[in-house]
Amino acid sequence: MATSWTPDQPIVQCVDVRKSFGALEVLKGISLSVRKGEVICIIGPSGSGKSTLIRCINALQPISSGSIQIEGIEVSDPRLDKLALRRKVGMVFQQYNLFPHKTALQNVMMAPIHVLGQKRAEVEARARALLAKVRLAGKEDTYPGELSGGQQQRVAIARSLAMRPDIMLFDEVTAALDPETVKEVLVTIRELAEDGMTCILVTHEMNFAREVADHVYFTDRGVIVEHGPPATLFTAAKDERTQQFLSQVL
Amino acid sequence: MQAIGDWFQRLYETTGLNFSVFYDAYDWGRYVGGLKMTLLLSITTIVLSLIIGAVGALMQGSPSMLLRLPVNAFVVVFRNTPPLVQLFFFYFGLGTMLPAVEAAGMRVPLLSNVQWAIISLSLFAAAFNVEIFRSGIEAVPRTTIEAAEALGYTRLKAYVHIVLPLAIRVCLPALNNNLVNLLKTTTLAYAIAVPETLYAVKQIWSESQNVFEMMVVLLATYGILVGILVWLMHRWERAMHIPGYAR
Ligand SMILES: Nc1ncnc2c1ncn2[C@@H]1O[C@H](COP(=O)(O)OP(=O)(O)O)[C@@H](O)[C@H]1O
Ligand SMILES: [Mg+2]
Repeated sequence: MATSWTPDQPIVQCVDVRKSFGALEVLKGISLSVRKGEVICIIGPSGSGKSTLIRCINALQPISSGSIQIEGIEVSDPRLDKLALRRKVGMVFQQYNLFPHKTALQNVMMAPIHVLGQKRAEVEARARALLAKVRLAGKEDTYPGELSGGQQQRVAIARSLAMRPDIMLFDEVTAALDPETVKEVLVTIRELAEDGMTCILVTHEMNFAREVADHVYFTDRGVIVEHGPPATLFTAAKDERTQQFLSQVL
Repeated sequence: MQAIGDWFQRLYETTGLNFSVFYDAYDWGRYVGGLKMTLLLSITTIVLSLIIGAVGALMQGSPSMLLRLPVNAFVVVFRNTPPLVQLFFFYFGLGTMLPAVEAAGMRVPLLSNVQWAIISLSLFAAAFNVEIFRSGIEAVPRTTIEAAEALGYTRLKAYVHIVLPLAIRVCLPALNNNLVNLLKTTTLAYAIAVPETLYAVKQIWSESQNVFEMMVVLLATYGILVGILVWLMHRWERAMHIPGYAR
């Protein structure tokens, strides 16, 4: 199963994904596919299930039915090797969720050492390079509590990248930031996208979505209402709900 | 040293206050022996109770009922019964049921009274440590653990590298209290004839007829020991302080 995947097939493939919390059905048949190197944005009103979908994609939450395949790995397989999955999929959260008792550098170095068992010296060199890449050279020995929100979020991105994932998931990563610091995080994500990283972004930054996305999905109440390239979706949305949502946020 | 001995000897001759431990080499030897035993009991039980407490708290947070149930039972039993009774239970109850072993041509119990005291006191303090660690673990945000999971950490690895270090910082004050109590509770080992400080001092005052003076020495000894422990715990607390981390 996992070995049959080739890079010309979708790197992420969701087919009729359903997810319920008790009686509440949050995802009602989501299908989408992402190709290697593609950047897709998921937009939609709060509570429409965007975070839930993202969390299902890296198995932080089990799905109720349907199928999610990451490079051919079926996420809902009960024998799923979670570590194998999480090596491929990096995730960045709205609240950064850095480890507060470790410095910026240590935050980036921890997982490759603890989880992948890589050599400290090699990991450290890579971590320093990653911090420089997200423009945090000089902040290596600073603790998360001493960094601004935007800086913490960039450490979180570097921490994820240190695992050398094939796919990055971003769940409203700028929603908790001051307007001035939003930009520095978006710049980092754009550079990643330009480097060819496959990205799935949940965002409320419509201008950003329009610029970086190859494809935009509009979700509402657990379904994908409409999707298409940003040029089409943002200017010529067909569905009334999409139009209404865009008129509120643009 | 000789000067101190002389001074206490003169104190005895002039005032009748008989601090025999400070000028009588034999009493001094017994006192130091007791002190060493108290240190042995304190250090081993502190370390063991911390390890058992941390493992217990991990098991208590497990999704498996099979792991949670024994820990909950352990905590209830050891928290709800007097430590002296626990000690008697282990030494007189379990100790006599274990087979004796042959050593140097003599039949001796499998476990000595010192070993029983260490086991019993460690379990007693560990029951409280489980609860203390749990309160600290509950204060670690769910989202922090999720971030670790998303990075590929297993439950155990996340516990060791992230949850426990954060939890310990939260529960240090409560831990501090419990370890101070544990140090003082080592005097219970007296009841099964472990020659710790109380036991040694009691022997001295029975022979030298200086109950009051030895009481003063005894209280001062524990006052200083607890003072050192508290000082160490505060240093640990300061060393664990995270810059910019509001707690
Ligand atoms: N763990 C959970 N248990 C129960 N309900 C949940 C849980 N997580 C999310 N929900 C519910 O699922 C719905 C979608 O939530 P979410 O995926 O966070 O939406 P979005 O990210 O689009 O704002 C909401 O109604 C939310 O209350
Ligand atoms: Mg959300």
